[in-house]
Amino acid sequence: MMSIQNINVALIGNPNTGKTSVFNQLTGLNQQVGNYPGITVEKKIGFCKLPNNFKANILDLPGTYSLNASSIDENVVIELLLNKNDKLYPDVVLLITDVENLKRNLLLFTQIKDLEIPTILVINMADRMEYKGISLDIPHLEDQLKTKIALISSRKSLGITELKNLIVNYKSISTEPCLNASTIDVEYFDKLRKTFPNQLLYKLWLVITQDVNFLNLERNEILNSYTKSHSELKKLQQKETIKRYQFINDVLKIGQKIDTSIAKDLRNKLDRVLTHKVWGYVIFFMILFVIFQSIFEWSKIPMDFIDSTFASLSSLANEHLPAGVFTNLISQGIIPGIGGILIFIPQIAFLFLFTSILEESGYMSRVVFLMDKIMRKFGLSGKSVVPLISGTACAIPAIMATRNIENWKERLITILVTPFTTCSARLPVYAIIIALVIPDERLLGVLNMQGLTLMFLYLLGFGSAIISAYLLNTILKIKGKTYFVVEMPNYKLPLFKNVAINVIEKTKSFVTGAGKIILAISIILWFLASNGPGKSFENAEKIVTEKHQQKNLKLTSANLQSEIDSYKLEQSYIGILGKTIEPVIKPLGYDWKIGIAVLSSFAAREVFVGTLATIYSVGGSDNEDTIKNKMKAEINPVTGEKIFNFASGISLLLFYAFAMQCASTLAITKKETNTWKWPIAQLIFMSGLAYFVALIAYQVFK
Amino acid sequence: MKTTVDLLHIGDKALITYVDLDKIPLKLLEMGCLPGNELEVIQIAPFGDPIYLNVNNGSHLAIRMETAHEIEVEFIAK
Repeated sequence: MMSIQNINVALIGNPNTGKTSVFNQLTGLNQQVGNYPGITVEKKIGFCKLPNNFKANILDLPGTYSLNASSIDENVVIELLLNKNDKLYPDVVLLITDVENLKRNLLLFTQIKDLEIPTILVINMADRMEYKGISLDIPHLEDQLKTKIALISSRKSLGITELKNLIVNYKSISTEPCLNASTIDVEYFDKLRKTFPNQLLYKLWLVITQDVNFLNLERNEILNSYTKSHSELKKLQQKETIKRYQFINDVLKIGQKIDTSIAKDLRNKLDRVLTHKVWGYVIFFMILFVIFQSIFEWSKIPMDFIDSTFASLSSLANEHLPAGVFTNLISQGIIPGIGGILIFIPQIAFLFLFTSILEESGYMSRVVFLMDKIMRKFGLSGKSVVPLISGTACAIPAIMATRNIENWKERLITILVTPFTTCSARLPVYAIIIALVIPDERLLGVLNMQGLTLMFLYLLGFGSAIISAYLLNTILKIKGKTYFVVEMPNYKLPLFKNVAINVIEKTKSFVTGAGKIILAISIILWFLASNGPGKSFENAEKIVTEKHQQKNLKLTSANLQSEIDSYKLEQSYIGILGKTIEPVIKPLGYDWKIGIAVLSSFAAREVFVGTLATIYSVGGSDNEDTIKNKMKAEINPVTGEKIFNFASGISLLLFYAFAMQCASTLAITKKETNTWKWPIAQLIFMSGLAYFVALIAYQVFK
Repeated sequence: MKTTVDLLHIGDKALITYVDLDKIPLKLLEMGCLPGNELEVIQIAPFGDPIYLNVNNGSHLAIRMETAHEIEVEFIAK
């Protein structure tokens, strides 16, 4: 039997050409998603069986318009194609194009051809040719472009078998370039050719013009021998682009016929409505409403289910495992920790479902178009709308969604202000405090005060994001590319398979990525709360029992146990920490117990209620009534006032509205900005603002 | 009639005659905004910016007016 042969295949193409659909068609669910080392660009590899005992490793590269890179995503493409030693260096490139936009797509094709890699021209969405009045002269195109062409439709699974056959026979594809771009400056390129006779001319040109990682020695050697200034190089790049377009125009003059009288245009009609100055906004806000509805209402049921499942798992573990430190770690540390991650799955999945449908359908570009002018007034881009909406569920995927903002300043501002939007983790905190300190009365007989407060907090979130963006815009002195180009893709019915794979993959990476941090922190917190230095912690049971015997009080054993637990907590590491920070938080109206809850919330906000629940020894946070009553009953031993009064409640609400209390958000900001500078700035600015506002609020209302 | 893209109206068709290469990002050239190619204005956003173009009968994109101002065109038809 013949041994199996592996072929490395790279998928390259413009965005919106259905590249991912082709990838999904070839590989099914047989894919691995990871990251390129050191950067957060997604690396997707899939596997595919081919005829004649061949197998393909298929690499889905980020979408790019050309080999002139302008983002880290695009750099990945060039770095791979320049490095023959890379394990994934393609034996054959599938260049995916959209039949409706062949002219522009061929620009990238001619560049890849210059690298002398066998390249198959895959013309996707071929099923729409008739509809758009397009006819192609395939033999002429194959001859002129020196390649093989596969006409396919990834949506309708057409031409995939033929494409697989072409991949198997990749060695028969010409590696000859289809045009000679070096005529843009004959003298210069002749000199280059003579200096490096063993190197590919276009490869040298890419090394000179692109800011990419390339074998260092070689790069320096090449750079030393070129004598052009930056602006001369830029002019040459422009000449190169024009030259390539001239060639493509000539080829398509014969190879492509478009009868515009047959072409039917649904997109124009849709565009007229969806970008209309009134209807455009009405439709956008209706869609927003549906998204919020799903995130807050429809996710409740699965979230409650997950919550109660983990609560019962916890008690199950407690009952059935032998008592001891290890069981405590499992039932109080790990199970609630994992539950704390998994409870966000319904919201995150809904969010990804909607964003993925909106992107797949092409609608998102229209929103960007509608909102750009308004957002720009605040130093943001139309493209910032997407992260700001996503931020109401969770800032982590929201910050990842800023990647397509090409202007670094606008992107950075978006990353920095997104955590102000009211994320789902703030909800449990808001809910319990509002119930405690805001009277359940109606204003003017109609408006519910508690509901109004919650709405106000949401508006406060958006408002502070926008205002901070405005401030950052005036403070930050960053110069960069200031242009803005959005492709307005054709409207498409989202493919179920693409959406499903996207939702599953993104949710999975959220759970494992962010989850690891949340899990680690809950274990640390549990450890700090259940261990303490010195004898008073170890002998808590004895000390408390003796104290009660002295006072001759009769307590039920449950009450005694809860007394012991709170005493223990007070003597634990976290209790000592709470006592230490008490002077700092006292001016805000908090006692040391709230201090601990606030402090532990710096890992993740939703820890607040759980921490208080532990502190007040009433068990799980599910039993909100009990914890609420306990909180209500807390009295300041010095003044005799309630701990949770109107002043301290408002102070807490405002603190949680502003403070940067989310380790995972800080981690993702670090990842996306590649420096600790910005997450630290976020932490200091947001938490400083929170402290300041909470301080003023308490001092005014007290 | 010579003009620049930012001065066109919805539905106008024009031929690109000159782009200021120092002010236009390379990306825009790559998307087809170069002399000799045709464009059509599909839509202008509600507050007058950005502008949504169909370049080269197939490359649909939106750019800001400041960029559109750098693209000189010859007006063809409405």
